[in-house]
Amino acid sequence: MHEMSLAEGIRQIVDDQAKAHGFSAVRVLRLEIGRFAGVEKEALAFCFDVVMRGGPAEGAILEMIDLPGRAMCCDCSTEVEIADRLDPCPLCGGGRLVPVAGDEMRVKDMEVV
Amino acid sequence: MCTVCGCGEDRLAGPGHEHGHDHHHHGHSHAHLHFGTGAAGVSVGDMSQARLIEIETDILAKNDAHALGNRRVLRALGAYAVNLVSSPGSGKTTLLVKTIGMMGDSPLAVIEGDQQTENDADRIRATGAPAVQVNTGKGCHLDGHMVGHAMDHLNLKPGSFLFIENVGNLVCPAAFDLGEDAKVAILSVTEGEDKPLKYPDMFTAAKLAILNKVDLAPYTDADLDAYEANLRRVNPLIEILRVSARTGEGMEAWVRWLKSRHAAKTLAKAG
Repeated sequence: MHEMSLAEGIRQIVDDQAKAHGFSAVRVLRLEIGRFAGVEKEALAFCFDVVMRGGPAEGAILEMIDLPGRAMCCDCSTEVEIADRLDPCPLCGGGRLVPVAGDEMRVKDMEVV
Repeated sequence: MCTVCGCGEDRLAGPGHEHGHDHHHHGHSHAHLHFGTGAAGVSVGDMSQARLIEIETDILAKNDAHALGNRRVLRALGAYAVNLVSSPGSGKTTLLVKTIGMMGDSPLAVIEGDQQTENDADRIRATGAPAVQVNTGKGCHLDGHMVGHAMDHLNLKPGSFLFIENVGNLVCPAAFDLGEDAKVAILSVTEGEDKPLKYPDMFTAAKLAILNKVDLAPYTDADLDAYEANLRRVNPLIEILRVSARTGEGMEAWVRWLKSRHAAKTLAKAG
């Protein structure tokens, strides 16, 4: 979707943290990405390498942790886990689901020196 | 000066900048903002010991902070903002021009987002409504920061409607909060009944879907009920209006929707 904007958001967080914590380099940066976040991980990894150049996270290892997608089923009023955004309810087979989790795009932590 | 972010001039200087005026001075009526520059460089002190820093910060946290700032400004003014999102060519600008003509005495203003040109803002200004064009340059969506600047230029009147016409794109604008009260997705009947299934994120984020150009439905074999079923499949809570901006069909219901939502927000604030 907008992986370059996301990479720039990560760069902003890295730069802010570098100032706040006084580190010079990031070795590993871990993201949490929800299943429904619409993030193309390969594209984000590519943009990450480009956008981190000249900053503390240049050359850092990027790890992405998947978070599950969850939705509230309007038919059986239960919160369920679904793999795909348009999957039916695994309990009742209903097709009216409102996503409640899975759109996360977070920087979880960083290993820094 | 920026009231939300206090950012520097560099963020506003974009590519293809050929107008002779400074885009960061405020108060001229034909505001036209350029964006599209990247992250700045940085240098920091040296440390030797490896350590783990917990961050737990949303990647779009900065955008969300700008959006929150915009939302506070709108609330203080008693203004109601809609973020109009759609594919290119769904008829957003025509819908907006016709809507402005039906809003009566309600104060309103428009923010137009496109990658290039000031054409859409010119069409809005021809109605007499104040409009700011934001050119996103390389960007495929408006963000909270751009909209905050555009709001500074507009000098919104208390109780205004603010229409934000996003860049024609059904993917990226879904993730970028602008501080609006509602996203309104516009879908024209020539786009295909399965479009909500192909681009679920945007229709999930929208409170209202406008099924536009319904006057063309008989000529395109469009199945309007199938459009509605697919919209509700993606978002069971979505409201749907069938509209033709060209013939005026459904336009009164759309204007009623806007005014009732604005009134509900005003009531909630007072309560």
